[in-house]
Amino acid sequence: MTVAQPEVAQLPDTSLVSKPSSLWATTLRRFLKRRSALVGMGILSTLILLAIFAPVIAPYDPTQVLIGIEDVRKRTAPCIHLLGCPLDQPQHLMGIDGNVRDQLSRVIYGTRYSLFIGFTTVGFAIIVGIILGAVAGYLGGWVDNVIMRVMDVLLAFPSLLLAIAIVAVLGPGLENALLAIGIVSIPAYARVMRSSVLSVKVTEYIEASKALGAGPLRILIGSVLPNAITPLIVQGTLGIATAILDAAALSFLGLGAQPPTPEWGTMLGSERNQVFTAPHLVFFPGLAIMITVLAFNLLGDGLRDALDPRLSSGGTGQA
Amino acid sequence: MGQYAIRRILSAIPVLFGILLVTFILARSIPGDPCKSILGEKATVAVCEKFARDHGLDKPLPVQFAIFMADVLRGDFGDSIRFSRPVTLILVERLPMTIELSLTALIIAIIIGLSAGIISALRHNSLVDVATMIGANIGVSMPVFWLGLMLAYLFAIVFKDTPLWLPPSGRLTAGLSATPYYEVFGWGLAKGTAVFKFFEFFANLYIFNSIITRNWEVLVDVLRHLFLPAVALSTIPMAIIARMTRSSLLDVMGREYIRAARAKGVLELNVIAKHAMRNALLPLATIIGLQLGALLGGAVLTETIFGLAGVGRILFEAITARDYPIIQAFTVVIAVGYVAVNLLVDLSYSYLDPRVRLE
Repeated sequence: MTVAQPEVAQLPDTSLVSKPSSLWATTLRRFLKRRSALVGMGILSTLILLAIFAPVIAPYDPTQVLIGIEDVRKRTAPCIHLLGCPLDQPQHLMGIDGNVRDQLSRVIYGTRYSLFIGFTTVGFAIIVGIILGAVAGYLGGWVDNVIMRVMDVLLAFPSLLLAIAIVAVLGPGLENALLAIGIVSIPAYARVMRSSVLSVKVTEYIEASKALGAGPLRILIGSVLPNAITPLIVQGTLGIATAILDAAALSFLGLGAQPPTPEWGTMLGSERNQVFTAPHLVFFPGLAIMITVLAFNLLGDGLRDALDPRLSSGGTGQA
Repeated sequence: MGQYAIRRILSAIPVLFGILLVTFILARSIPGDPCKSILGEKATVAVCEKFARDHGLDKPLPVQFAIFMADVLRGDFGDSIRFSRPVTLILVERLPMTIELSLTALIIAIIIGLSAGIISALRHNSLVDVATMIGANIGVSMPVFWLGLMLAYLFAIVFKDTPLWLPPSGRLTAGLSATPYYEVFGWGLAKGTAVFKFFEFFANLYIFNSIITRNWEVLVDVLRHLFLPAVALSTIPMAIIARMTRSSLLDVMGREYIRAARAKGVLELNVIAKHAMRNALLPLATIIGLQLGALLGGAVLTETIFGLAGVGRILFEAITARDYPIIQAFTVVIAVGYVAVNLLVDLSYSYLDPRVRLE
């Protein structure tokens, strides 16, 4: 037994040879190398913190009308003490809105709505898309034909117009707007899932699982889904960006979140006629939308390059 | 080529049928009574019954759909409930505005996006490249309606009383009018006929109309009004085209045949213009086709902001007023246009890439 000892000692020093890294470690390393992805990640983390700690960070309640509390008039331009605003006036970094509320607090609370909108709509669309794509790809034949033709029809409408029409049917409101945007984003995920199913279906390891007696559900979840997850994550991240933009557009048109909800699109929409006299009321909510969407776009591009180097950056979720 | 085209056109038919069906179902599912929303809440039952009979709303839904299908195939979209005028006439008035806006936006997007993408790819990792890509990332993230409002503020208020001033709304300055070319040329057209609608359609393309009637004052005014909305609408497609051109060209420039072309002494300009661009254009054709849908969606927002009487705006208003014939007609026209453009894109592949024909 003493022979075994030197043998172990003779094993190559593992610190000199690179460890066989896992897929996730490689991905993470590639992701961290991309500066734009890190910027996206940084912005998003900040936004998530802002959303969570909104009550602590925001100086006022987002729906509090300041009449009688402070000496401010409606649509007052931003007052920043550092930039020379008289110290005896209350500080409002983004000014006062048309209903005499603090705009900064409303923008901070708006982060909650935007992130919520992005994650729920895309979550919904991914789940429905995965199911439809899996069924279509796995069963093939007429089922595939029917599902994919319905997807083609959905794709034949400009997404925002279809969302407007669906909201018109369901009635205006945040929840219905979310559902409408969720529905119009389904085809993208269904297509990704279906093509993954089709490419994996014919491989030998699926044959092997079938021979071992695995049912369709087990094959789909155990063998097909892991193959489809990469493009789905990428598509999903970029999809959140589009969903936030579309939701803001619906709210801007008065079909989404209703006042006094501090939703950025709604805030922009209700003050848009004042853009020539009080541009700050349009500028800040729009800037917030842009920064949030930018974060998801940067993150999505970074994830795409990290997860699948073959898919180099090019198109976006906008298409 | 011919066979491929026919196959591709035939495969679009079920989609077109689906579009008609979805449009019809959506239009009919919008809650609320068109009678009440048009004639007012005080309309009596008898009045509403007559209203329903006049507009064919008393028939069962499948019958209404069959009538709708037959009418659409004949090019008849009925009368607008709200305006009591033929929908085709309203289409002829509104569609040219949106076409003019979308095409101008697309042209701006292609010219700037393509050149930015090419420069970025050729000067890979340079300052220009980095700046272009940062710009493109910001471009795709900007809400169209926000950019539109900010541009309007910048050019109408900040640049007031400078030569850079641009009108923030409308299509023509009040007082100016674009006399239709058929009147200028003295063609006696009977109003309301199909021929009239055909010519009227082109007359409402103000840029086209003012050029062939040589009315330069109107042309300049139209372009000044069109500039801001078109720029706002063009940012997203521009950014996407720039990114796509860059990545596509970078991919192609690394190929063996480019090295071969350089090795045999082909001028660098020809290497890029003839050898590389032709292959880089393929994915671009798809992207540009897909952007048209986004453009039309964006047109609703741009038209709302800049007070333009286009398709997007009237469709939005029709949905709120439950004006079924208008909703149906405009949605069908937009969706069919979208399908047609993507069909053209697919067919252009077989021109751009001979391998597709053999498929």
